Amino acid sequence: MDKNIIDVKNLSKSFNISSKEPGIKGTIKHFFKRQTKSIKVIKDISFEVKEGEIVGFLGANGAGKTTILKMLCGLIYPSQGSISVSGYLPFRRKENFLKNITLIMGQKQQLIWDLPPIESFYLNASIYDLDNFEAKKRIKKLSDMLEIGEELFIPVRKLSLGQRMKSELLAALIHEPNILFLDEPTLGLDINAQRNLRKFLQKYNKETNATICLTSHYMKDITSLCKRVICVHNGSISYDGKLDLLLKKLSPVKEILIVCSSDEDANQLENSGFNVKNKTKNEITIIIDNNSITSSLKTILNNFDIEDLYINEPPIDEIIGKILIKKDYDI
Amino acid sequence: MKTRKYLKVYRKFLHTSLASELEYKTNILIDLITAILSLIGSIFLLSIFFQNNNSIGGWEFEQALIIQSIYTILNGITNTWFNPNLTEIVKHIREGTLDFVLLKPIDSQFFISLKKLTPSGILEIMLGFFLLLYCIKINQINLTLSFLILCLITIICSICILYSLWFFISTTTIWFVKTWNATEVLRSFLYIGRFPLNSFSFTLRIFFSVFVPIAFITTIPSEVFLGLSEIWKILLEVIVAMVFLFTSRRFWLFALRFYSSASS
Repeated sequence: MDKNIIDVKNLSKSFNISSKEPGIKGTIKHFFKRQTKSIKVIKDISFEVKEGEIVGFLGANGAGKTTILKMLCGLIYPSQGSISVSGYLPFRRKENFLKNITLIMGQKQQLIWDLPPIESFYLNASIYDLDNFEAKKRIKKLSDMLEIGEELFIPVRKLSLGQRMKSELLAALIHEPNILFLDEPTLGLDINAQRNLRKFLQKYNKETNATICLTSHYMKDITSLCKRVICVHNGSISYDGKLDLLLKKLSPVKEILIVCSSDEDANQLENSGFNVKNKTKNEITIIIDNNSITSSLKTILNNFDIEDLYINEPPIDEIIGKILIKKDYDI
Repeated sequence: MKTRKYLKVYRKFLHTSLASELEYKTNILIDLITAILSLIGSIFLLSIFFQNNNSIGGWEFEQALIIQSIYTILNGITNTWFNPNLTEIVKHIREGTLDFVLLKPIDSQFFISLKKLTPSGILEIMLGFFLLLYCIKINQINLTLSFLILCLITIICSICILYSLWFFISTTTIWFVKTWNATEVLRSFLYIGRFPLNSFSFTLRIFFSVFVPIAFITTIPSEVFLGLSEIWKILLEVIVAMVFLFTSRRFWLFALRFYSSASS
């Protein structure tokens, strides 16, 4: 049984945010007397993450996912509650804690803009107390995993977004952290670059047993990397559990398109008590409950002459979209 | 062990900064020309003030040149280290890239204060140094070891005071987000440091000694060079420098508690 590496209890965070009315009058008023109010962006959340686990944080824009990640890595002080990451209080930012973690943000970069990425890698290596030999070894290993080579010697400003992101990852992983916080790492990348990055993260997790906490608006990132998801809605956790359970709960039925050998068979199937969505000549679409899918298909195959059969899953984006706007899931 | 690590990191900082700057050769050339012209302009301005007066505030032209040389050295240090790094703090905070600094196992103040370097400022330091050597010659200053140590102490204190003031102002960005203007005001005050403090009225002298300690930054080291300073003034400068350094450090650590990072 893997031990908990992240332990969060009753965590809350409030920010003082100023608001401004539109127009010149509003601007003048805002300049002289600022209206600020305290907004609770994270509300009493608790969860645990086990060593080696990949957890996806899901939620709409402004739900509080990034704030949670930033509190976990010690950038933001919590207003209430407790956090323990790898046995450390993150906001104290102890040297050994910082050597254990990394934060990768898809929209921010740490590489030196005018120099090739390799220069930033060696700078980071010196900050993490690695000698040149060890740094070289790690750069070689990670660049092989990320499938980058000559890009390491080209100034960052001349690299494509995908190449830059791979280099950012290498810079962030040179100290071989065992906890990775990833905030929308595939933002703006093309489909191939996204797939390569996911492949890399899977490989890294498998080889190093690193724990990964990830936020992303690309559902493919979540479905291909995370077995477990934490859904955040308005600063509260609305669901914490297995992704497939959530998908089953949100999409309890499947659509099955059946191509019958003849129109007669299709007519018989239509009248045999199944929930028919539509029918055209010998093609019929029925809706079957996930729980009875095996028995229903057995009945259809035994009693009707079937030419072809397609099982359609509802689009994952559509299902996840429901999570972003719903408050609670009882599973 | 820690010192070795910090030295190693600083060597990397030097290397990456120089390599970054050398990517833009024309920019370096323009900066170098600006530094030379700026020094010539300042000396010319000073000579205009002394055209009809033998002394201003008790300082003769040759003596006032010492203040100019110390100002040039300090301005060179400002352009080499403070300007590229401390103005960047505002950018780090506004854009949220301070996150990367805070998550590194290294002192954040060391990182953001020394990461960059503008090589053209080094020429300014050298020009100031040559001017200072020239001043030592024309003012017939007798160089002894104890004298040189005293001069070095006062100049180091000046650098510390200037750095602390600048760093202090930049730190307030954590609350106010944009404080470019405040650092510009500080630079303007530093221009005043090119002139002897005695040439100002009593009220201004108090202001530049107590509220914005420009007097400690250029005038006291110049007085030491001319053998005009008293020991209590030097001690006071050392104390002021230590208090400023300590306060700016504590203030930075305190301010970080309020850092909320930029939204993604």
